[in-house]
Amino acid sequence: MNARRALREIGIGALAIALMAFILGPILWLGAHAFATSWTFPRLSADGWTTHWWHEVFADSALAGAIRTSLLITPVVVLISAVICLPAAYAIGRHSFPGRRLFLIGMFAANAFPKIGLFASLAALFYAMNLMGTVIGIVIVQLLGTIVFMTWIPASAFAAVPRSLEEAARDAGASRLTVFRTITLRLAMPSILVAVIMSFLASFDEAQGSYLVGAPNIYTMPTEMYALVENYPIQVAAVFSILLSVPSVILIGLARQHIIGGRLAEGFQIR
Amino acid sequence: MTEGTTTMADTTPGLRLAALTKSLGGRRIVDSLALDVHPGEMLALLGPSGCGKTTTLRMIAGFLSPDAGRVEIAGRDVTALGPERRPSAMVFQQYALWPHMTVFRNVAYPLRVRGVDRHEITRRVDEVLALVHLTHHRDSRPAQISGGEQQRVALARALVQQPDLLLLDEPLSNLDAKLRVQVREEIRTLQRSLGITTIIVTHDQDEALSISDRIAVMHDGRIEQVSTPSELYARPATEFVAQFVGSVNSYEGVLRDGAVRPGPGTIAIRPEHIEFRLEARDGALPAVVRSVVPRGHFHEVVLEREDVTLRAYMTGRIPDEGTRGWARVQQALRYRDGHLQEVVEGQA
Ligand SMILES: Nc1ncnc2c1ncn2[C@@H]1O[C@H](COP(=O)(O)OP(=O)(O)OP(=O)(O)O)[C@@H](O)[C@H]1O
Ligand SMILES: [Mg+2]
Repeated sequence: MNARRALREIGIGALAIALMAFILGPILWLGAHAFATSWTFPRLSADGWTTHWWHEVFADSALAGAIRTSLLITPVVVLISAVICLPAAYAIGRHSFPGRRLFLIGMFAANAFPKIGLFASLAALFYAMNLMGTVIGIVIVQLLGTIVFMTWIPASAFAAVPRSLEEAARDAGASRLTVFRTITLRLAMPSILVAVIMSFLASFDEAQGSYLVGAPNIYTMPTEMYALVENYPIQVAAVFSILLSVPSVILIGLARQHIIGGRLAEGFQIR
Repeated sequence: MTEGTTTMADTTPGLRLAALTKSLGGRRIVDSLALDVHPGEMLALLGPSGCGKTTTLRMIAGFLSPDAGRVEIAGRDVTALGPERRPSAMVFQQYALWPHMTVFRNVAYPLRVRGVDRHEITRRVDEVLALVHLTHHRDSRPAQISGGEQQRVALARALVQQPDLLLLDEPLSNLDAKLRVQVREEIRTLQRSLGITTIIVTHDQDEALSISDRIAVMHDGRIEQVSTPSELYARPATEFVAQFVGSVNSYEGVLRDGAVRPGPGTIAIRPEHIEFRLEARDGALPAVVRSVVPRGHFHEVVLEREDVTLRAYMTGRIPDEGTRGWARVQQALRYRDGHLQEVVEGQA
């Protein structure tokens, strides 16, 4: 009885370790390479340790430029996406209008198929409009990938705010605008934050469209990765990968702590 | 509060509904409804599910605008005003507390949106919270307190506005039976001591009978009768009221020599107005006990007579099934075209 229990716990422990190794292994491998002078194949550890590759990345004008471009474009894309999509999300969540269903299905379909086809036809349009190789072109292409997050998630949040909570606020003397600000928007806020984070990551990690539209004039961090893998030592690629994952790690950490942990649940009384 | 004894000037009703009409989904839900509620009165709006109670209440609160008719609160026509500009406060059936605010913030909200000064808000909210015995839950979230407590927060949020008119939409329907009786007494005591004109919507006749000064019985978008609870029970103006408030045996025909005989109109007999004894007497007809069902503090006994079968409520010594005796109608209500003609006493 006790032995079987111990055996089971050992089994579970082993499984957990295997899972950890599977998930963390590549990250550790990446981390090690970012600080390795070199690494000769059969050896279990690096030949030596250095921060040289980090300096090289930040000193390299192409790489540093890509970082700057990404950090500039992504917030702009998220902001524009929010300004366009949030009112649409409210309309979709709270009102029924002719074509609402079609709109929802259309948006979903656009994201269900491989985007490369969409980008190819966009490219033709962009050539005609002189948007190829411009920041505006990249912003537009990245916007496309954020729409689905910035509309669907907030729309369902707006729809989930009980009407009676808004009516109670009107009854208590609040104007429509005050009700929207203090009740509706406040209750939808955790979902909107989730949508912002998802959009940020979608925009920050977008590579296909940005490469097609931007290269060879403008490189963002993910598109720079393509060039990097071929033209730089593997350690530089490791450093760059780590930098590329920093925003994701930070944002997912924030989401976990503040949104999934408490505020989202509080807003919707699901626990 | 007696009608007709005061002059016109001081009888401005706390609420007046005039020819209020509303259609929804192509159906007339509220049909030229007229109602006066006296100042400081607690009036129950009683009616079966779907008769239009909530629709009426929402027109009074301002969430629905009527197709025709007027809403006047304390003598002022508010028909064109939105809910935020009416001097009424509503307690919602599901309470509608804001989950992201503490109890204090929920109750303070009406004052904050009106721009009341901070110290004044704290003073008034604490005062109202004390009134509903919730001071200890001042900083709790709605999700952390019980249904009965949530209900009192909703009440506090309405009272803090010092409304001219308090609207309660089935405020007790989410509470268990015992709590319901307790909370309805609390509401009644508060309402009396504050003297707020109040409408309480309910489909529970016990609740209406026990809590209100007067009851308006609603049926198919119209008001059938407005009376005090005892008057309503003793003299139901229509057959519908007789059947909906309390319970009646009802027969086509007339009452002659204590028996129901063919004739124009309807006879309604309350089960407690049937007397069964073993010996013969004036106005009593031979009857046999068909069934006996215990119903708590009384028994429901079905009596078969040669004219009709009667459902009677009996206390004390209960006869066995099959017992033969004599049943007499002590009081009956006579209706013609649905309207009360007279209350027939004894064997007359
Ligand atoms: N928006 C609407 N569109 C169409 N019909 C409606 C609408 N709102 C209410 N109704 C109908 O109007 C009728 C009266 O509704 P109401 O909610 O006023 O009834 P009620 O007396 O409050 O009933 P309950 O005791 O069940 O709460 C119902 O038959 C309902 O189906
Ligand atoms: Mg209702």
